[in-house]
Amino acid sequence: MVNYIWVGMMVIGFFVAAINGNMDKVNAAIFTSAKEAVTLSFAMISILVFWLGIMKIAEKGGLLEVLAYLFRPIVKWLFPDIPKDHPAQGYILSNMAANLLGLGNAATPMGIKAMEQLKILNGGKNEASRSMITLLAINTSSITLIPTTIIAIRMSYNSQSPTDIVAPTLLATAVATVGAILIDRYYYYRSLQKGGK
Amino acid sequence: MNFVQSFSIWFIPLLIGFILLYGTYKKVPTYETFVEGGKEGFSIAINIIPFLVGMLVAISVFRASGALDYVMLAMRPLFSLFHIPAEVVPLGLMRTISGTGALGMTSDLIATHGPDSFIGRLASTIQGSTDTTFYVLTVYFGAVGIKKMKYALKVGLLADLIGFLASIAAISLLFYS
Repeated sequence: MVNYIWVGMMVIGFFVAAINGNMDKVNAAIFTSAKEAVTLSFAMISILVFWLGIMKIAEKGGLLEVLAYLFRPIVKWLFPDIPKDHPAQGYILSNMAANLLGLGNAATPMGIKAMEQLKILNGGKNEASRSMITLLAINTSSITLIPTTIIAIRMSYNSQSPTDIVAPTLLATAVATVGAILIDRYYYYRSLQKGGK
Repeated sequence: MNFVQSFSIWFIPLLIGFILLYGTYKKVPTYETFVEGGKEGFSIAINIIPFLVGMLVAISVFRASGALDYVMLAMRPLFSLFHIPAEVVPLGLMRTISGTGALGMTSDLIATHGPDSFIGRLASTIQGSTDTTFYVLTVYFGAVGIKKMKYALKVGLLADLIGFLASIAAISLLFYS
């Protein structure tokens, strides 16, 4: 499916550009965005190196197991495929906690570590497992307590109360997360019925 | 606000301090372990590059050509059917595709309509309510080399739609009812 979407976006883009006569813009966009992607990856190096270094200490000290133990019922319900007290649970919980606090740059490294563990659990295949998709669904809809960036923007535009969107954001993200989990379940069971894994 | 601000300032140093002390208490060779973990971070970032380049180029071609504008235009009647303000429809679509693009649109909406207007609040909530599905998908799956995404994209996009609709409902409910 990703293959079709990927090719579709490009080919439709070229086609529309041909009709609109703005092929020059598309040309420029190809190379600036390729550069932007590399810059973005490099910008992530500092964050990934730092947080994964710190998290390795937490992992070796056994903190992730403690975290996994404390919140076992939630994780067990969300990710029934993960064995008891597996390190993946600790990383998933760290990822969820970081998202909750609006610490996007801490959430990503932990989410990636969780994905790594889930891949091992899935036999190292290059195919998304059930738990991986659940983790992804939780991340794209992520419950947010403090939307830091948007508060900063509101402040810069002289809002009377920049934080008054905290409550609606919390409500909206909570609904979205519950929705995401339900949709994820639905597609999982449908894929089972189709005879897939 | 003061509480929120000081909380975010204090939280990270406290968390790091706690992990370091706990590691020391558990007799973990902290510095060596930090370096070891950090090395993994570097290779992960490098692994993501081809995934990110592929995805961002396709998205920017779609945007720069004007195809995205047509999609937004085509979807407008559908949204107005459900009394969704037309101003925020492009933002809702952009939010799933490009994080920086959406942030630009949100700033623009806040600047035009004022941060405390209906549209301003709505844009703020939409911006905060979902994460960029394409980006999360690319980075998380790219980092560990997942190539077959199965039904992940469908789930992510539908979750975005729910977040978008829930934002509108939340703002209407909490401020304008």
